[in-house]
Amino acid sequence: MKKLQSSLTNMVLSLGIIAIAAAALLAWMNRLTEEPIRLAELAKQESAIKEVSPAFTNSPVAEEILTSSADGEQAACYPARDNGRLVGVAVKTVSHNGFNGDIELMVGFTPEGNIYNYSVLKQGETPGLGTRMVDWFKTDKNRQSIVGRDPARDNMTVSKDGGDVDAITSATISSRAFLDAVNRAYGVFRQVSGQLSAAPVAEAAPADTTGVVTNN
Amino acid sequence: MKKLGIILNGLVNENPTFVLMLGMCPTLATTTSAINGLGMGAATMFVLICSNLVISLLKNLIPDNVRIPSFIVVIATFVTLLEMIMKAYVPALYESLGLFIPLIVVNCIVLGRAESFASKNGPFDSMLDGLGIGLGFTFALTLLGMVRELLGAGTFFGMTVFPDRYGALIFVLAPGAFITLAYLLAIINKIRKVS
Repeated sequence: MKKLQSSLTNMVLSLGIIAIAAAALLAWMNRLTEEPIRLAELAKQESAIKEVSPAFTNSPVAEEILTSSADGEQAACYPARDNGRLVGVAVKTVSHNGFNGDIELMVGFTPEGNIYNYSVLKQGETPGLGTRMVDWFKTDKNRQSIVGRDPARDNMTVSKDGGDVDAITSATISSRAFLDAVNRAYGVFRQVSGQLSAAPVAEAAPADTTGVVTNN
Repeated sequence: MKKLGIILNGLVNENPTFVLMLGMCPTLATTTSAINGLGMGAATMFVLICSNLVISLLKNLIPDNVRIPSFIVVIATFVTLLEMIMKAYVPALYESLGLFIPLIVVNCIVLGRAESFASKNGPFDSMLDGLGIGLGFTFALTLLGMVRELLGAGTFFGMTVFPDRYGALIFVLAPGAFITLAYLLAIINKIRKVS
C-alpha cells in the first residue's frame, strides 16, 4: 500500500482515528483494572492496619472514621476490635515537613493511648538516611523507640528540640517530620477515642461485658 | 540468521544505554537496586515491543507531517495501559518506580526506535528490534542497579552479601549513579576496542 499524502483531510482523519482507538482501548482497560486496583489498595491498607494493631476480628476498614486533625489535615481512624472489644486504633496521618515530599504514617494506639506500633505508608526521604525511619523508631535502643510510649506523658519531639526521642543520625529533618505526623495522629486519636469506646459495636459479638475497656 | 542479528544489534552494537547513550534519565534515577533496574527495563521493553509493532503496522496510514504526534499517541496509550496493569497486579514495584513509569512516554529510546526502525520495517522485524533494544536497556539497567545495590547497601537482588554498615551510601544516592555509569562505560568501551 502506498503511503498516504500529507493533505489536511488525511492528517485529520488518521490522527483522529488513532486518538479514538487509543481512547477506546484505554477506557476498556480502565474498566478491567478498576476492581483489582481498588483491591490492591485495600489490601495495602489492611496489612498496614494489621501491622500496627493487636490481633483483631472485625474489619477496621469498614469502620473507617474520616476526620481532620486540629490543624485541619485529613486523617482516618480504623478501630480494631477483638470480638467487639476495642483493642486498638490505627490512625492514618500525614506530615508536610518531609525532606522530600509528604510523609504518610499509620500509627496504632492502644485504647489507653500508648503507641502500639507504626507503619510508614509513603515517604520520599533520602535513601539510607531518612528512609531509616521505617524501622528506626521501633528499634529498642537508647531513646529512639516510640513503641509503648504515651504521648501525653512523653514529649514526642527530637532530643535536639528538647524532646524525649532520639532523632535518626544525620536525618533530623526527616525525624522531626515523622514525629510531627505521630503527634498529629495522637491528637486525632484523642479526638475520636471517646466516641469510639461509647459507640455501639456493630459486630455480632458475644456478650462479654467484663471485657469492655473504657477509655481512661 | 538476519532475525537474530536484529536482536543482537539492540543488545550489543546499538545498546541504548552503553552505546547510543539514550534514555539517561530513567537509567540514572531508577537503578537504586537491581530489581528496580530490572523492573524499569522490562516495563520499557513492553512499551517498545508494542509500540514498534503497532507503528510498523500503521506506518502507511500515517501521513508524514503528523507522524510524530501519532507515534506519541500510540506510545502514550501503551504506557498508560502498562501503568494500569502494574497498579493492579504489582503495586509494590509500581510504587518504587513511581513517576518514571508515566515518563516512559518521553523516553527517547521508544520514540527513536519508532522513527528510525519501525516506520521503515515490517511488523515482525520491528517487534524483534523492540525486543533487542528492550533487552539491551534491561541488561544495562540491571547491571547498573546490581553494582549500585551491592556497593551501596551490600545486597544482591535483596539478599544480604555483607552488612549494610560497610556499604558506601553514596552509590545508592544520585552521585553514585553517575560514578557507576561512568566506570561501566569505560569498561565497556575498553572491551569494544579490544574485540
